[in-house]
Amino acid sequence: MAKTAAGEATVLNDREHALDLFRQMALIRRFEERTEEQYTRARIGGYCHLAIGEEASSVGAIDALVDGDALYASYRDHGTALAVGSPAAAVMAELFGKESGVAHGRGGSMHLLDVERHFYGGWGIVGAHLPIATGTALAMTYRELPFAVLCQFGDGAVATGSFHEALNLAAVWDLPIVFQAINNQYGMGTSVQQSNAEPELWKRAASYRMHGEQVDGNDVLAVREAADRLLRQAREERRPALLETITYRYRGHSVADAGKVYRTAEEVRSWRERDPITRYGLLLGERGLATAADLDAIWQDVSAVVKDAIDKAVAAAAPGRDSLYEHLYGDPAHQEQFSRMQSGAPYGERGGEQTWPT
Amino acid sequence: MADVTYREALRLALDEELGRDQDVFLMGEEIGRFEGSYKVTAGLWQKYGANRVRETPISEEGFVGAGIGAAMMGLRPVIEIMTINFILVAMDQVINHAAKIRYMFGGKVGVPLVIRAPGGAGAQLTAQHSQSLEAWFAGCPGLKVVAPATPADAYGMLKTAIRDDDPVLFCENLVLYNLTGALPENGDGLVPLGRAAIAREGTDLTLVAHSYTVQRALRVADRLAQDGISVEVVDLRSLRPLDVDTVAESVRKTNRVLVAEEGWSTYGVGAELAARLQRVCFDDLDAPVERVGQAEVPMPYAKPLELAALPLESKIEAAARSLLAECGL
Repeated sequence: MAKTAAGEATVLNDREHALDLFRQMALIRRFEERTEEQYTRARIGGYCHLAIGEEASSVGAIDALVDGDALYASYRDHGTALAVGSPAAAVMAELFGKESGVAHGRGGSMHLLDVERHFYGGWGIVGAHLPIATGTALAMTYRELPFAVLCQFGDGAVATGSFHEALNLAAVWDLPIVFQAINNQYGMGTSVQQSNAEPELWKRAASYRMHGEQVDGNDVLAVREAADRLLRQAREERRPALLETITYRYRGHSVADAGKVYRTAEEVRSWRERDPITRYGLLLGERGLATAADLDAIWQDVSAVVKDAIDKAVAAAAPGRDSLYEHLYGDPAHQEQFSRMQSGAPYGERGGEQTWPT
Repeated sequence: MADVTYREALRLALDEELGRDQDVFLMGEEIGRFEGSYKVTAGLWQKYGANRVRETPISEEGFVGAGIGAAMMGLRPVIEIMTINFILVAMDQVINHAAKIRYMFGGKVGVPLVIRAPGGAGAQLTAQHSQSLEAWFAGCPGLKVVAPATPADAYGMLKTAIRDDDPVLFCENLVLYNLTGALPENGDGLVPLGRAAIAREGTDLTLVAHSYTVQRALRVADRLAQDGISVEVVDLRSLRPLDVDTVAESVRKTNRVLVAEEGWSTYGVGAELAARLQRVCFDDLDAPVERVGQAEVPMPYAKPLELAALPLESKIEAAARSLLAECGL
């Protein structure tokens, strides 16, 4: 546990940093709880995957990124966006499908991104963003940039073919990327044991002669320490790694899943006793870095931030229907290229048709 | 300039774009030391090195995905898929990712990626190596799909595709690689996307084709000319964007149209053109739009069966004569 101690020292010697990690996790927790409520009020559509209980795995690793590193995540990405610093109002606006959302209402819950902060997306096909993240690491090597990629995904992705192809390419090409399996025990309702012949996911790294490691994903400092060390190794030595962070999602796979038929109430309760935010709050108290009142003030602050995000999302404008075709192509010549394709196209695609109610 | 092969035209375009722009790099199976399965990239690995001509394992999903991730950073990867049949294992990356990314992320990031892949048939390569799947991709918004039929277009459209800011599927053809033709003497030789070409002028029948089928169509036009029938051959060059206007202008002149393609006709390029032409040329057509494609079976191995399945000149000619006969010609 010497490694954990080193990680603790880095963060806990800096009270502001230590409290910021708490604040980030609290913000995600509150944001997710209020998102669930807004979803049940039908203000948010589509799928909605909450990461309540997984905050430390996300925040701890993302905190180890430096400006210039790139981040990829799965569709369970609300917390990812908040952890990189995307404004909560813009994230909530995306969930509400508003033009002011981070993807102008085109992506929704599963496809958040923040290019300015090098967060390249929440992705909706399990495992498929691993090769893409690998390509971003290839671009960093190609351009000789001193940065790395952090690619987060759920345990379900480990059973896909693209997991294998991405890790193999990263290893044979010596790419600066850390693959982080956020193991929350279930891919939808299928357990890790049921899905994987080798349920110790980090051991897969050996197949690629890659460093593999497992840490307590509910210990934000342990996650941060491991991610920091592996990202440094990726940046400085161009060596990829596989990091498994063990955690749990309290809610179901999505808001539509009560999360009860494939696991016991006792199991959920046992994980709640290891809650990452409660644990970290207690640690801050033990070390004299925060009083109960300090933490309460943070909770109140993040609650206000989320309330403000919801208020702004409610008030924001939806994208106009005349913007339906925006962002499909980006080349400056695309309109000219497509200018001879309207003839005889289906109704609605020819130009000049009447509009119809939606 | 002396005539070059289609293969050499592609190589020249790749060479020039690699030389012009440091952000351009090639990636694919056997494209380096092996010089490419069909030798398109011969010599480029020696000239530009392993970083810019990157050999990959047999991992289409992996390296198409990696191309996307590199393109999102502003690089311009040109990926070679050994034959278009193998793109199917990377279909998720092409359709769910490359085609969706710009739109799904609200225009915040683009994918300036080219995927080169030859299709085509005729060498007894059988069911899993003889498909022409371009129409499947041409139906997908977010992609651009081109299929040049001549060395000049192969050269000019590949350069345009590499400079394009959106994902382009660049469909080559195994039979075309040895076709020779001239490259333009002057200018940059760039050929725009979304513009069909009149490969041969005529007045009695419009014969629409793309890729290798254009060469078949030109031979059919020669044969019919011996009987005094004047065929206009339209080379689509680009399937998405599709230049419907050029086809329609031709049909307004000839009043008859036959669409030939190497893939299956059902839900194919001819189906799409027929749907559009029945609207824009409703009053110009003297006969229904006719189609010719590959027989609707997996490509068989035995030579007589393969010949029976291919859209050979004889089949296209028979379809043309049948259509003209319907009009009393």
